[in-house]
Amino acid sequence: MPNEPLVRISDLNFTYDRRPVLTGINMTIPRGKVVAIMGQSGCGKTTTLRLIGGQLKPSQGEVRFDGRVVHELDAADLYAMRRRMGMLFQFGALFTDISVFDNVAFQMREHSNLTEAMIRDLVLLKLNAVGLRGAQNLMPSELSGGMARRVALARAIALDPLLMMYDEPFTGLDPITMGIIGQLIRKLNDALGGSSIIVTHDVQESLQIVDYVYFMADGKVVAEGTPDEIRASDKAYVHQFVWGEMDGPVPFQYPSAPYREQIYGATHA
Amino acid sequence: MLDRATSALRGLGHRVTSRIWRLGFASRFFLATLLYSGTSFRRFFLTIREIYFTGVLSLIIILVSGLFVGMVLGLQGYDTLQRYGSSEALGILVALSLVRELGPVVSALLFASRAGSAITAEIGLMKATEQLSAMEMMAVNPIARVVAPRFWAGVISMPLLAALFSAMGIFGGYLVGVVLIGVDEGSFWSQMQASVDFREDIVNGVIKSVVFGIIVSWIAVFEGYDSEPTAEGVSGATTRTVVTSSLAILAADFILTAFMFRGA
Repeated sequence: MPNEPLVRISDLNFTYDRRPVLTGINMTIPRGKVVAIMGQSGCGKTTTLRLIGGQLKPSQGEVRFDGRVVHELDAADLYAMRRRMGMLFQFGALFTDISVFDNVAFQMREHSNLTEAMIRDLVLLKLNAVGLRGAQNLMPSELSGGMARRVALARAIALDPLLMMYDEPFTGLDPITMGIIGQLIRKLNDALGGSSIIVTHDVQESLQIVDYVYFMADGKVVAEGTPDEIRASDKAYVHQFVWGEMDGPVPFQYPSAPYREQIYGATHA
Repeated sequence: MLDRATSALRGLGHRVTSRIWRLGFASRFFLATLLYSGTSFRRFFLTIREIYFTGVLSLIIILVSGLFVGMVLGLQGYDTLQRYGSSEALGILVALSLVRELGPVVSALLFASRAGSAITAEIGLMKATEQLSAMEMMAVNPIARVVAPRFWAGVISMPLLAALFSAMGIFGGYLVGVVLIGVDEGSFWSQMQASVDFREDIVNGVIKSVVFGIIVSWIAVFEGYDSEPTAEGVSGATTRTVVTSSLAILAADFILTAFMFRGA
């Protein structure tokens, strides 16, 4: 099914503790494209990634990966599917007890019968792709935040995944490193010929590298379009988000009792 | 008034059911650990590595504690026995107390606080930093790769540590009783050999330490895996590991002793 998008999410609902987290999500991730999911913290972006990876089960609706419904797979098929996915976690999630080299080699050793000599060459190739071949013998505790993120990226692409998922790849990085990570995401996607999903709230950085954007708020998709359409959007929510305005459809104040009443009120509950 | 009573009752009920629910979860987790233990033995170096961290690194505290416990037993035992003119039975007293009770129990308590807490903290922090989640996304089962090797390392280490504790304790008793106080060396060792039964005393002691090893390792890996992924959650889980496994060891010791040594 070459025309079928790599990931298709239809009418996805997810409830946690009877609280709806996602309602009626529809998304498609075409092959070869980089798609961003944007929105405020806590709007359900990361949950969407976890549903695609099969770490959570939807309450309603489905996620299809390469034509197959993710939550209907048994454990063996689910693991087989995950071998074709790579995920970059927010803070890297490197294994802190083993070196940079062993982190990148982890999946190759777990899932293949490659000889150590071949693994060594592959690891060096992956590390070279993120510019950290020289750091192979360091331990994760010796890396800066940006380097850790790059090592984690090398680890995530170890088995040349069909789909790369990035959970907040830009958080807490300086502008230089941010630019490097952004360029790496785009280049790796085009080199591997796969698809990528970036979950982020970093608007300017990601609009430069993605092909399509979904905007989420309160567990729903509220807007979508190409980066140019998003920049030109006159929807109040998108406008507030893209231009970082303090007040708008997303209020500055956390829901609370009226200010005057609380300040001058007789009771200090 | 009635409202307060019903809400107190409901709170109590909630606490009880949530404890039972958690116990059920822990049992299922235990079964899953056993089910996914294949990797721990097929790739035994994973378990060996954990035996080094839990067992070998616990050696110092176990050996030193064993020595001191044995030395105290020598002093106290001699003090009591010489009143009845049977100080040459010191060897029996020291050996039986250690092999039957103190060896398995004290070394398990030390093991829980030295190694159990470390296992909980490590797994808890791996969870908090999304390492377990990352492993799952790399199609590697964290129970097979992280939990089971630590569990089996604990189960294998525990009886060995208990044996070393007892051996060190007997040596401590010998130092104080024979070398320091001057109890007859021949009767110290010969009475010990004559009275300590392999099946009744030693095997039962080993069974105890294996059971304690299972209890401590199970609690430690479960608390780590089930901890809240925050700094506070991990510290709470570490404390719970030490407290719960200490209580469980002492309770299990009573039950096992009741079965093993009734009227023998």
